[in-house]
Amino acid sequence: MSPVTVQAPPPRPGAIKEEQPYIDPQKKRHTGKRLLGILVFWLVLWVALRGKQTLAVPNADTTSFQDWLTQLKVTFSNMAQTNWFFHGVLGTIADAFNWMVGGLQAHISSTAPGQYLGWFGVLAVAMWIAYAVAGRRSTILVGVVLLLLGLFGTWQTGMDTLIITIVSVLISMIVGVPVGIAMARSRRTSAIVTPILDVMQTMPSFAYLSPVALFFGIGPATSVVLTLIYALPPLVRITEHGLRAVSPNTIEAGRSLGVTRSQLLRQIELPMAKRTIVVGINQSMMAALSMATIAALVNGPGLGQPVVSALQILNVGQASVAGLGIVAIAIMLDRTTTAASERTEKSSSGRVGSVGYPGLSSKVIIERLPRWAHEGAGRGSVGHRLTPAGRRLLLGVLLVPVVIAAVYSTRYLQLAQFPDLSGTPLLKELSGTPLAGHINDFTDALVNAIQGLTNAFKNTITYALLNPLQSLLSNLPWWVMAVVLLATAYVLGGWRPTITTAVCEAVILAVGLWNDTMTTLTMTLVATLLVMIIAVALGVGMGRSRRVDTLIRPFLDTFQTIPAFVYLVPALALFGSSRFTAIVAALMYAVPIATKLVADGIRGVAPTTVEAMRSTGCTRWQMISKVQLPMARESLVLSTNQGLLYVLSMVVIGGMVGGGSLGYLIYQGFSQDNLFGKGLCAGIAITALGIMLDRIARHAAERYGR
Amino acid sequence: MARGSIRLLPVCAAATLALGLSACGGGNINSGGGSASGGAASKCGNFRIAVNPWTGYVADAYVVGYVAKTKLGCNVSYQNVKEQVGWQGMASGSIDTILENWGHADLVKQYITGQKSVQDAGMTGNEGIIGWYIPPWMATKYPDITDWKNLNKYANLFKTSESGSQGQLLDGDPSYVTNDQALVTNLKLNFKVVVGGSEASLIESFRNAEKNKTPLLAYFYEPQWFFSEVKLAKVNLPAYTAGCDADAKKIACDYPPYHLNKLISTKFANGGSSAVGLVKGFTWTNEDQNLVAEYIAKDNMQPEAAAKKWVDANPDKVAAWLK
Amino acid sequence: MAADHHHTAGYTAYGLIGAPTMRTSDGTPALQVQNLWKVFGPRAERLIGTADLQLSRKELQAKSGHVIGVRDVSFDVSPGEVFVVMGLSGSGKSTLVRLITRLIEPTSGTVVLNGEDITKMNDDSLREIRRKNVSMVFQHFGLLPHRKVIDNVAFGLEVRGEDKGARRNRAQEVVDLVGLQGYENNYPDQLSGGMQQRVGLARALAADPDILMFDEPFSALDPLIRRDMQNEVIRLHEEVGKTMVFITHDLQEALKLGDRILIMRDGAIVQIGRPDEVVGAPADDYVRDFVSEVPKSHVLTLSWVMRPPSGPDEGAGGPTLKDSQIVRDAARTVLEHHGPCRVVDGSGSVVGVVDEQDIMRVVVAEDESPAAANQAAS
Repeated sequence: MSPVTVQAPPPRPGAIKEEQPYIDPQKKRHTGKRLLGILVFWLVLWVALRGKQTLAVPNADTTSFQDWLTQLKVTFSNMAQTNWFFHGVLGTIADAFNWMVGGLQAHISSTAPGQYLGWFGVLAVAMWIAYAVAGRRSTILVGVVLLLLGLFGTWQTGMDTLIITIVSVLISMIVGVPVGIAMARSRRTSAIVTPILDVMQTMPSFAYLSPVALFFGIGPATSVVLTLIYALPPLVRITEHGLRAVSPNTIEAGRSLGVTRSQLLRQIELPMAKRTIVVGINQSMMAALSMATIAALVNGPGLGQPVVSALQILNVGQASVAGLGIVAIAIMLDRTTTAASERTEKSSSGRVGSVGYPGLSSKVIIERLPRWAHEGAGRGSVGHRLTPAGRRLLLGVLLVPVVIAAVYSTRYLQLAQFPDLSGTPLLKELSGTPLAGHINDFTDALVNAIQGLTNAFKNTITYALLNPLQSLLSNLPWWVMAVVLLATAYVLGGWRPTITTAVCEAVILAVGLWNDTMTTLTMTLVATLLVMIIAVALGVGMGRSRRVDTLIRPFLDTFQTIPAFVYLVPALALFGSSRFTAIVAALMYAVPIATKLVADGIRGVAPTTVEAMRSTGCTRWQMISKVQLPMARESLVLSTNQGLLYVLSMVVIGGMVGGGSLGYLIYQGFSQDNLFGKGLCAGIAITALGIMLDRIARHAAERYGR
Repeated sequence: MARGSIRLLPVCAAATLALGLSACGGGNINSGGGSASGGAASKCGNFRIAVNPWTGYVADAYVVGYVAKTKLGCNVSYQNVKEQVGWQGMASGSIDTILENWGHADLVKQYITGQKSVQDAGMTGNEGIIGWYIPPWMATKYPDITDWKNLNKYANLFKTSESGSQGQLLDGDPSYVTNDQALVTNLKLNFKVVVGGSEASLIESFRNAEKNKTPLLAYFYEPQWFFSEVKLAKVNLPAYTAGCDADAKKIACDYPPYHLNKLISTKFANGGSSAVGLVKGFTWTNEDQNLVAEYIAKDNMQPEAAAKKWVDANPDKVAAWLK
Repeated sequence: MAADHHHTAGYTAYGLIGAPTMRTSDGTPALQVQNLWKVFGPRAERLIGTADLQLSRKELQAKSGHVIGVRDVSFDVSPGEVFVVMGLSGSGKSTLVRLITRLIEPTSGTVVLNGEDITKMNDDSLREIRRKNVSMVFQHFGLLPHRKVIDNVAFGLEVRGEDKGARRNRAQEVVDLVGLQGYENNYPDQLSGGMQQRVGLARALAADPDILMFDEPFSALDPLIRRDMQNEVIRLHEEVGKTMVFITHDLQEALKLGDRILIMRDGAIVQIGRPDEVVGAPADDYVRDFVSEVPKSHVLTLSWVMRPPSGPDEGAGGPTLKDSQIVRDAARTVLEHHGPCRVVDGSGSVVGVVDEQDIMRVVVAEDESPAAANQAAS
């Protein structure tokens, strides 16, 4: 049940080594002493040189490089109307995407009766598809979710979100699976593509929102492209991982039978990796959904629009209703694809839940759900399965009512337009506007009740942790901090992360945002610390008790999927505009994944060990602190790494609520054309920071994690 | 599949059907509503209005959109975009008009004088004001605080965990140009500029400050629907004189008044749509806009319904636009 | 082929004379391996022929980072022979078997199969060889979990393009042959380890290859199932008479199955010989240590215990025994006879005699510790 971490794929049979290399005896590393040395160096120089050469830059000041980037965008935007590439090639791609989305929209989300499907037909077809690919549980789920969307009054926007997601994921599959295959087959391809994927996943989309809108026009095509950029990497990575993870024994057996390369791929590797690839598609879908809100800023259709417009008028309720729609769609897609993958799978070995993103480089984290979270999900499928012919017959028979429903839905307005339920006694409370009102009332009550407490908490953390650390990181000559980071990287991970760190530092300096990056780093570190404190507390509880797990997990799922815009307003009410508010926004997003990983680790401790320790008379606290946490160390390290990356991915959102620094600059670059270059540079700086932290953490984890 | 599921599916379908039918029984009447835009669309055609993300703008857009749809028979669509994306859209022909433009000298240079793909379509009649504001309870309690000269006296009140030993000046939505850092320096104020990051964070901060009677000094702007909820008081900075903001580093005067204008894409202007005249003719006051914005933001009306309410109440103004 | 003889306890005995001889089989070999080397590392090819290769594994790795997998190995395998390669883990035996079909590329040396040099072949011909001439059975089975048993068995036929009907028929034949009837439509993970390896065996047999290779096929199985599978291999060898190359780390298995045994250590050959030669005349202390626990009477033939007749008449009138008979099998006859018995070779001429003492020296040597035996032997 422990998460599977793939650092380096197993060697191909060609490299099988009979020999065990003669391993040098472990060197004493003196890590603690060395880190202490770095700290002393740091503090001494901070005291001596405080406030000098900090490279602090006012928000609106730009460097020549940043201006050049801005100018480049202006040049491109002038070319965009005429240039063969921007207008011709990209324009054609945009037209194709718009055509696809437009066609689907006409059928699925539009409500005008006529030749197109109405909601009832869509519902029937969707349920039939769910039944065909995933089974009856999913069918019910699909039905419930779609009806819920209608009930919320978000049928049209919900369907738009679904369309964009599905179109993007289809394109991701067409592009991503072959790329993943190529990467699995060739180390060189993998080495070239991996950094590109890193950038695609870490570069905040705000940084490139307006250029994409420039080249692909305002409309669905831009949404699809934006979504694609974010949804493609998980699929490519997991496909590569899935293919590399195919047992070398089986591949060798295949080769010994004389298979050709294409036979190897088609008949051995792909079928065996199929399940993992489906997990990749699942992850791709989740990533796509999380872009729905941001794409709304460039008129992307879907549930992001009500969320964004609700933010303008601080209507938490309205944003929540749309946010819940996104959560419902996420749950529907997640469970349906998982069920579909389980159905295709003949073996019934441990189920794979979902894979964490944003995972950098070759790292793939496959999070497994605890057994009780999916009890019965796969059960009953082996014993009483219909014969293929019988299934086909049943599906065929069921198609008849579906077609009838579809035809009728094109004829009658009631079946085309989702009915207005505000007159129906019980259901009306759940429909959009009243529900939003209830949520508003609840939020207001909550905010009033705890506002005093939260302010005190904010001030404690800010004065005790955030301010001193920020001063330490950013209020000293840049080169001191650069050396400290390099030395830390070297002590924790050796030469390789040190080189990466040096390159990333050079990039940050080159884009002229050293000081802002250090401020962002401070917030990232504090946020990660808080994430881990919460994650360990919750994760230990969840790992030890099934009841706690069942209780907490739905909340974690919700916070992982609900757009941050939804809880920005209550967070602002509770904490005001401050760096701490930015940290809170990051916590909301990062705590779920970190908690799940910790819980997995705790649960993964062998029951026999736990039993043996209990027989020695351990107290509960001793059991946690001396047995379960140390034995789950690998999960803790992994969870920290993921927490860190998730926190980083919320930097821009943080910039919107007082986080300042890089996040604000990116948002500012998106908002003000003449600061576009600076915003893009901030995006580059975040990417560099993310890659740097990931590499240090990963190499440190390799060294100390097991 | 289990035998149960064979029965289950029709059951589900039946349930859905039942729900559908019962629902239809409730709200059966609005059959005509789906196909409003009918035959008269030919003279106006498609009319795509950019909608920038602040509520005042939404009011402009939906009022003009509503008039275009009902009076001219246009096929109106709204494009939710930020400002410069809207300009891009007009240049590439995917957006026809921007109904409230706040200056943007760089974009004017690029698109109006340079590419000539965008044209000025006259003033909206709205006047944009940018400045420093405080919640009304402070203006009542400290009557002299609205003069900038007294700000240092009260700097202690405005201390927060973000500004440390200085007073906090909360800065605005990154969409807007701000001179605040220069102002604080040049007016020798004991304040630190802290970026709030978005309109939402400014409004929520003011709302809380007024509710909890906590001090707050922040960058804000009019026209703005929030003034109908909380009537903020403006701090008077040294008066604006023409050219006092010429050197960004030496600014020590208030923000200039913005005369908001409308923009129209050249392609659309030359296309002969009857909506061109409407865009050029459209003009109203800050009060008008705030009223519609209030319908939307405070009364939670759908923008279209808010627009209808205002249009129905002001037939003469609308008639003037269409002349 | 050695007979099945593991059900009685045995005793150790020593005192054998004569240096072991490295023998090769007669006739045209089915498989001929000459001077085969495998060096793992970035510039392995350049090392061949240099003095570095004389270094020990450890020294070479320390010096250049290269690891020797297989060191200058040569042997022949006759048609129909069961040739066992034995060694501990890390000895290079699994590498060796992969070099033969170039699942691992040899660094130098030649492998001749049915008169064709495999090491010189292009990929296409090599693929043909793998499809038609050599099949392999793996320790971890290497089955395809997404295919039914019957489709796993037919996989080799499928990749060489046989049509569905033909390959189904052939697969069914083989499934019957290995005793998998009734499991055709199961998936591999629904079978026990032993049954899964039968599938692996069936897959290898389905292609009707000239040579079957086994890479520690039974080491992942329970002891009882392993015994069954060994007997199954013996049975199959009797039925189909294939040449087999069998890798194992289990000496009992090697002695039980092998016509001849190649013992490897650190990538090099230590000894090649028949089971009785390996047990009776270990090449060095390493092998001696290996075979010390083996009940000698179960392996040694009479030729190892007989002595020259003291006179032309010694043993006359008693039972005549063949020199290739296993000591344990001959014991009862000799002991009941109470006197010397004649031992004859294949042509019937007398090559020696054995009496009770000679037999007892091997069978009832329980007091002799291996250490004492070693001393006695040296």
